[in-house]
Amino acid sequence: MLHSETIAVAMSGGVDSSAVAAMLRAEGHNVIGLTMQLWNQRRLAGREGMPESVQGRCCSIDDVYDARRVAETLGIPYYVVNHEERFERDVVRPFVEEYLAGRTPIPCSLCNNHLKFDQLLIVARQVGADKIATGHYAQVVFDEPRARWLLKRPADKSKDQTYFLFGLTQEQLSRTLFPLGGMTKPEVRDLARRHNLVIAEKPDSQEICFVPGGDYKRFLEAYLEEQENGPTEIAGEMVTSDGKVIGEHSGVHNFTVGQRKGLGVATGAPLYVIQIKNETRQVVVGKDEELYSRTLCARRVSLISTTELREPMRVAVKIRHKHQPAPAMIESAGPDEIRVTFDDPQRAITPGQAAVFYDGDTVVGGGWIENS
Amino acid sequence: MRWVYLDNNATTPVLPEVLEAMRPYFGEHFGNASSIHHHGQETRAAVERARESVAALLGCRASEVVFTSGGTEADNLAIFGLTSGGLVRPGDHIVTSTIEHHAVLNACKHLAAQGCEVTYIPVDGRGLVDLADVKRAIRPNTKLITIMFANNETGVVEPVAEIGKIAAEADIYFHTDAVQAAGKIAIDVKQIGCDLLTISGHKLHGPQGAGALYVRKGTPLEPMLYGGSHERSRRAGTENVPGIVGLGKAAELARAGLERGEDLKMAASRDHLERELLGIEATGLNGEGAPRVPNTTNIYFDGIEGEALVIALDLKGLAVSTGAACSSGAIEPSHVLTAMGLLPDRAKASIRFSLGKQNVAEDVDFALGLIPETVGRLRELSPVWAGAGVVSRKFAR
Repeated sequence: MLHSETIAVAMSGGVDSSAVAAMLRAEGHNVIGLTMQLWNQRRLAGREGMPESVQGRCCSIDDVYDARRVAETLGIPYYVVNHEERFERDVVRPFVEEYLAGRTPIPCSLCNNHLKFDQLLIVARQVGADKIATGHYAQVVFDEPRARWLLKRPADKSKDQTYFLFGLTQEQLSRTLFPLGGMTKPEVRDLARRHNLVIAEKPDSQEICFVPGGDYKRFLEAYLEEQENGPTEIAGEMVTSDGKVIGEHSGVHNFTVGQRKGLGVATGAPLYVIQIKNETRQVVVGKDEELYSRTLCARRVSLISTTELREPMRVAVKIRHKHQPAPAMIESAGPDEIRVTFDDPQRAITPGQAAVFYDGDTVVGGGWIENS
Repeated sequence: MRWVYLDNNATTPVLPEVLEAMRPYFGEHFGNASSIHHHGQETRAAVERARESVAALLGCRASEVVFTSGGTEADNLAIFGLTSGGLVRPGDHIVTSTIEHHAVLNACKHLAAQGCEVTYIPVDGRGLVDLADVKRAIRPNTKLITIMFANNETGVVEPVAEIGKIAAEADIYFHTDAVQAAGKIAIDVKQIGCDLLTISGHKLHGPQGAGALYVRKGTPLEPMLYGGSHERSRRAGTENVPGIVGLGKAAELARAGLERGEDLKMAASRDHLERELLGIEATGLNGEGAPRVPNTTNIYFDGIEGEALVIALDLKGLAVSTGAACSSGAIEPSHVLTAMGLLPDRAKASIRFSLGKQNVAEDVDFALGLIPETVGRLRELSPVWAGAGVVSRKFAR
């Protein structure tokens, strides 16, 4: 070890962030455990379709308890910081608004941009930490020739979380550590076991942390009901791609591009959602082949490996978290806007999701997919 | 690492004399105070001596003191004891304040759910209830007034003797939560004119898990716990003898301290801390202009998150606090400060400093050596701080 730093670890009570705290502590760093209280899990409890009590979810008492136990085991100071207001403003409301606008949002990216690597990093620095470490599977390295901090895919490609991190600024990356970037998940669990951490066998969480049971539609309805803003005005027509009205739907938020089940219309051939028209509240359905497209427009672009895109660049582009990066050309299409042209048509390019550009393992940048 | 503890309104360290007084009751004096044999007689005598010490602190008779597990139980016993005694029934009316401890607030909330009407008296910018409001709140069906003696967050002392007069004139029972007053200022239940008064051992350098409720003779109080006839059938359960002995010793020491004028020395020390902290730009005192207990000061530092300041100071060895912690340990904006009219940002920028008997002048110096610099660093890194002039609009009332 070169020198000891004061590092704040964003602890969720899960195995990954707990392992990070253990590793950094073992390396002799001065580690501070921080957990963000982001959402009151009981807030919508008991409303129609929402569970009465929520166990074992992010920000639940159980997870805070686990994180605290880990901190005690490691002998590090540990604090819970309340950022519920900011989380609702910057993550939950945009999440709801995106669905109501017929898009399919990614709250995790917003949380990374506004909470973990902004608000929490500020708190970390205020309390005396130089850097923040998280349990994300990604790598951050400084590239001397370019004089830029680079975000790279991790060793364990199956756990790659760079898709959610494309919004990080150079300033944020310079103060961020991803200690799990070179490890596989089984290695991380082994490490947790070696440190006798109580959470070593805890299952991974996959869901959106504030949506219990993963049922986002029920969450939206409960949230809108709480805000006294019923979803009635978002009902509309179900139409085919040639404009024929074939039915009605109860709200654009119930649909996502590529969806097949739950359309409420019966025809001979399988039908998929191919487009959601926000202005007319129409859900356009069609055949599988109509889902394919070769181009997309990404807005609110954030670039990491370069300051600007002067000329077209060959990259691989990921259009959703579980998408295999597809070869494409990217070119500037205006301020903060990039046009992506894939070599081969891609299925279900979904507005609201991110398009993230890769040059090998290096994240070039990314942006938010707009309605085409 | 040096640790300085300035969070004595949360809990206080047990004084060495208190610990010594308790020690035999974990060992050789182990008897059940209800037993008829020698061992029981020993502990019974100790419990009754402690009862006399508490009575002496409060100015009441020993027979009017009921030992409980702490302040929360005593508050609950006061409120629900009158309910199950038949005095407060659904449809009856209770008067309390917006700045009570949750032990009182949530007990009243529960009674409201059972059909009682509850009026929450607001406080002014200084944190004081207005006696005219209390008078106006009284209705023919008002059965109980429960308003705290001293507030835990600001230290502001409410006009309890005047409220006691109003209650007596209207023939309404009056309970006061004196957890933060006991040991810090003189208490005389006769002078206050209350029927019920709560104290807690661990707020006056006694042990956690021991408290007491003063119950004026003749008050129709029913127990909450059913069991043996302990505590004159008002609180069943084998006595926590070491805890009660510790509470008695702490009460005795508190009374002696007040007689020696230790409260004045404490106030001088607090005033010094306060004056120096108010010298930092864009700060202010919460509860300014109100009478306060001598150990507490609550100060806002505009442009910071109190939560981050508490953490930063803790990492440097200084223990202070802000607001009330929720179940996860995260901090919520204080209901007391918002009731005083502070905007949420200023309420969240407020820190409570509370001294105890163990604190020495060097502790205050240690705090004063740390806080200005730490507040400066927090403001430098704060997205909302752009200097006092700019931030004041956001934080001003």
